[in-house]
Amino acid sequence: MPEKILKHNPLFNPGHTACAGCGQAMTIQHITKALGSDVVIVNATGCSEVYSSKYGESAWGQPWVHSLFENSAPLGSGIAAALHQRGNKTTRVVVQGGDGATFDIGFGLISGMWERGDDVLYICYDNEAYMNTGVQSSGSTPHFANTTTTPAGKKNHGSQQYKKNMIDVALAHGLRYMATTTCGYLDDIENKVRKAMTFSGPRYIQILTTCVPGWGTKEDMAVDLGKLASETGLYPVLEYIDGALVNKMKVTKPKPVEEYLKHQKRFIHIIKDPERLAWVQGLAKRNINKYGLDK
Amino acid sequence: MKNIIEGSRAVALTIKMCKPGVVSAYPITPQTHIVEDLARFKADGEADYQYLIAESEFAAASIVLGSSLGGVRSYTASSSQGLLLMTEVLFSIAGLRAPIVLTCANRAISSPINIWNDQQDALTMRDSGWIMLYCEDNQEAIDLHIQAYKIAEAVKFPVMVNMDGFILTHTYEPVDLPGQKEVDAFLPAYKPKRGFYLDSKNPASFGPFVTPTTYMEQRQEMFGDFIGSKTVIKKVAAEFAKKFGRKQGDGLVEYIGSGNEDVVLVAMGSIVGTLRESKKGVNFGILKIKTFRPFPDEEVLKKLSKAKYIAVVDKSISMGAEGILAMELKRVSCGRLKGRIKSFVVGLGGKDITIGVIEKIVKEVKKSDDKIAWVYPE
Ligand SMILES: Cc1ncc(C[n+]2csc(CCOP(=O)(O)OP(=O)(O)O)c2C)c(N)n1
Ligand code: SF4
Repeated sequence: MPEKILKHNPLFNPGHTACAGCGQAMTIQHITKALGSDVVIVNATGCSEVYSSKYGESAWGQPWVHSLFENSAPLGSGIAAALHQRGNKTTRVVVQGGDGATFDIGFGLISGMWERGDDVLYICYDNEAYMNTGVQSSGSTPHFANTTTTPAGKKNHGSQQYKKNMIDVALAHGLRYMATTTCGYLDDIENKVRKAMTFSGPRYIQILTTCVPGWGTKEDMAVDLGKLASETGLYPVLEYIDGALVNKMKVTKPKPVEEYLKHQKRFIHIIKDPERLAWVQGLAKRNINKYGLDK
Repeated sequence: MKNIIEGSRAVALTIKMCKPGVVSAYPITPQTHIVEDLARFKADGEADYQYLIAESEFAAASIVLGSSLGGVRSYTASSSQGLLLMTEVLFSIAGLRAPIVLTCANRAISSPINIWNDQQDALTMRDSGWIMLYCEDNQEAIDLHIQAYKIAEAVKFPVMVNMDGFILTHTYEPVDLPGQKEVDAFLPAYKPKRGFYLDSKNPASFGPFVTPTTYMEQRQEMFGDFIGSKTVIKKVAAEFAKKFGRKQGDGLVEYIGSGNEDVVLVAMGSIVGTLRESKKGVNFGILKIKTFRPFPDEEVLKKLSKAKYIAVVDKSISMGAEGILAMELKRVSCGRLKGRIKSFVVGLGGKDITIGVIEKIVKEVKKSDDKIAWVYPE
């Protein structure tokens, strides 16, 4: 339904400079719509900040601020405090950043914000590497993924580390609301954002968003890959309220991981390697068991 | 009425009277007493700011940046390693034109670690776009903090009020603390204009991505505004003197002496008090730099026009160059002053600065070499 997709959203205007087919930019379209206009957005440095805010041509229809790569969580805390002091009872604060900003450089600062219990929704666009600087690995990069700092070479097979489990980390902070999803489920994204806004206090949503050059995918695959990530069990789609798992996207008949991996050049070096494929299959199985996705 | 109180307490009481909406800080010696007092006022219901516990100075600086852009008067304080950890945020605060006030209890920096006073910490931040004021004593610390908010909010630049760690922060001195009414009359509540804070009724983008097309133009504009704030600093100082009956120079510099002295010592902060004491026996003029950024070029040139020997007394060092204030004086004087300028480094990491040290400087400044002199007490 191209008419629906192209319908003008004045909160995130067209003309920004994201790559064609960017899963993150598409996700932001839906998030801004779900949030409405009475919010302040704090954006970490990264792709989203760069393609949306070029001086004189900002895409943002909501008040928006960018300071640094790693400090958007405490910036959000300060803004929430200011809104409170000004007696503003309606405007909400939303902080957003990539996985680099979230899993790595801003990690401690996010923990601080959660500890304080500040009324901020934090959204992580998880494209599993530092895309803005040219695809370097982050704490979110999956095992075996090829990035420019974990190159697959003659002697190794891409990233040797495992993706950090931010779900567990977030839950350990006792958040009011915590959810994961992927850019394969645009309605789910909107619903989760709306639901998150019904709570006050610290909240976290982590969304897998595809990246055309970073993953080496075709431009029309964002939704399909977002779905496959969940359907294979590699990216569990979950919802927690006050620490209790209240919703999950079921994976009763998991698709083989190859179906997800084969569309991505970052995994090309293991696609004909049964041993490593089995290893990834094991990671999917582990997720399915851990979160009971098959039940 | 004069009270004998600790410097940190004087600052905390002053900040309370300035009525910030948000305070956030992280403890570090010798700044800690200030923020402990502020937390205590809040706990006792004497203040209605929000006190946000930060997990680092980097977070504290970011929190007050958020609250300031949210349209609320904001305060933080730090020292040494804490200030250095804030570096990236400090530049961002200035670029985003957030009128925050920060107290820096000046302390030496690592390595080796040392908690005592010198002025290396703040001077390392001199290029960030923060207005930098220096206090000679605790009375001046009170007075400059009140002026700091007025300046910051008028020119939309952050202001760092520097006071020497321990020497001022931990010393009990008689000070004249103004009353709440007087402060309110001088410093009205902060009401940022529409478009100058984050407001969902008037959405604007702050801190966008700027390409080479306008980045340099924007930095030049910022530079012009920053230099222009000197006029406001002077105006606020004059207004303060009129309302509170206390005058400390023109807000930028203060000259102590007749103006005809051959030897002039230039310094900032509490060391000026030591210079005043030393002057009783020896004849020299003192040029006290009250505002280090923006640097008072014209005022310094005027005050030093008759000096033959200029000794710049620094509690900081730029590795591979010389004392930081000395470098500044040489920049300003270039081709415009006839006096010789010599760099003296004293007091690093809390080393005593005795009257003997000052006498040595007065003697050595007449030596016609350009070498940096490290001066130790006997
Ligand atoms: C302190 C600091 N270090 C490094 C950078 C360079 N940098 C800018 S964006 C970025 C990566 C962003 O990655 P991520 O957060 O995953 O967002 P993405 O671009 O993938 O959306 C890096 C390393 C910076 N801006 N600041
Ligand atoms: S590099 Fe990736 S994340 Fe960045 S704009 Fe392009 S597709 Fe989107």
